[in-house]
Amino acid sequence: MNFNYTFIGQMITFAVFVYFCFKFVWPPIMNALHERRNKIADGLAAAEKGQHEEELAKQRAIEILKEAKDQASDIIRNAEKRAGEIVDEAKNDAKAEGERLVTAAQAEIEQNITRAREELRGQVVSLAVAGAGKVLKKEIDEKANEDLIKDLAAQL
Amino acid sequence: MASEQTSAQYIKHHLTNLTYGDMPQEAVGKQLCEGMPAVKEAGWQFAHCAAEAQEMGFHSINVDTMFWSITLGIVFIWLFRKAAKKATVDTPSGLQNFVEWVCEFIDTSVRGSFTAKNDLVAPMALTVFIWVFLMNFMDLIPVDLLPWVAGQVGSALFGVDPHHVYFKVVPSTDPNATFGMSIAVFLLMLFYSVKIKGVGGFTGELTLHPFSSKNPILMLVFIPINFLLEFVSLIAKPISLSLRLYGNMYAGEMIFILIALMFGLAESGTILGWFGAGVGGIMQLGWAIFHILIITLQAFIFMTLTIVYMDMAHQTSEAH
Repeated sequence: MNFNYTFIGQMITFAVFVYFCFKFVWPPIMNALHERRNKIADGLAAAEKGQHEEELAKQRAIEILKEAKDQASDIIRNAEKRAGEIVDEAKNDAKAEGERLVTAAQAEIEQNITRAREELRGQVVSLAVAGAGKVLKKEIDEKANEDLIKDLAAQL
Repeated sequence: MASEQTSAQYIKHHLTNLTYGDMPQEAVGKQLCEGMPAVKEAGWQFAHCAAEAQEMGFHSINVDTMFWSITLGIVFIWLFRKAAKKATVDTPSGLQNFVEWVCEFIDTSVRGSFTAKNDLVAPMALTVFIWVFLMNFMDLIPVDLLPWVAGQVGSALFGVDPHHVYFKVVPSTDPNATFGMSIAVFLLMLFYSVKIKGVGGFTGELTLHPFSSKNPILMLVFIPINFLLEFVSLIAKPISLSLRLYGNMYAGEMIFILIALMFGLAESGTILGWFGAGVGGIMQLGWAIFHILIITLQAFIFMTLTIVYMDMAHQTSEAH
């Protein structure tokens, strides 16, 4: 283990390697690392921003959903109300129609009754006239007794 | 382990660097290596053993240390450069993930202990960490494998006896390598100390602490004492930095070599011998697993201390 030129040679070798490392190895690697660090930081920030936005969107979605639900229930309530109204209306209409029908029928019946009565009266008159005619025979003038018979018929 | 070697020779062989150096004239004719012919000629040549390398002194170079440290350094640079070229903001994958993870880790460490602003510190910490780790990692490769390959290559290409090809594959077990790094860090420390604090500030830091007095005469007495204390603590930094790594790796390598000796027991052919080799295998596995921790830890410590020393050099107002 004697000292010799190797010692100086090693110093030079060391210096050369250090210089080379200093010049060509260290800077590009550190630059790449630095740039990547920045890029990752940016990416993380963007991700965080995205997450925040997603949160907001979620909240908005919930709000919209709630609104929609409210609207839907409103619509349903309105529809139910409307349906009830329609049913009531229909009921009323039906009732009115029924009443109208009943009234019409009653009127018709009344009319029929009246007509029947008139007819009956007419027939009774003619019957009475015929009867009276037969009773009075030729003596009684049909025209002179007509007033009398009409009076009688009106009293029926 | 070759059967014709003794244990001591085996260990020594493993701890000797492949040295290429300038053999001085006065060594010619001396028989330095055991069982080898005497040195034939002066001039640049491979040392045949540690004694010859010793004779060459400073005018030599550890080929194995240089080869592996440069190779591993290139592996590091190539790998990280590949990832750096492809580095994009998009999702990383595979190698890029790993490289970014390491860089992030280094960056955190630097931010934790280095307060001043200097763009050089983080890349230096990265280089120190990975390079030292890779150099330490060579320790986990079976101790005989690469030296054996080197021996075969040496004998095939250069016609040398494979037993005289030395190959120490762990550069951080060579104090030349660890001191080379720590002294380089130390020089940077001195450079930035002077640059940030100025010559006066740095000298003041070395001489005006820890003892100080308002009395000028007393202060004059204190200055050399302060300088002695501060200078020792300054010098201790690179020395402790490199010796810590060197010592840990050397000891780890030594234990691997000692465990590897147990495999030689199997050559006796007896059941006991095979049993011993088996125990050696288990021990090697255990030590290797434990060593993964050590090599990482030592690389981390070297890196952290580098950062801390650089931080100290940048501290303008030192509070004692």
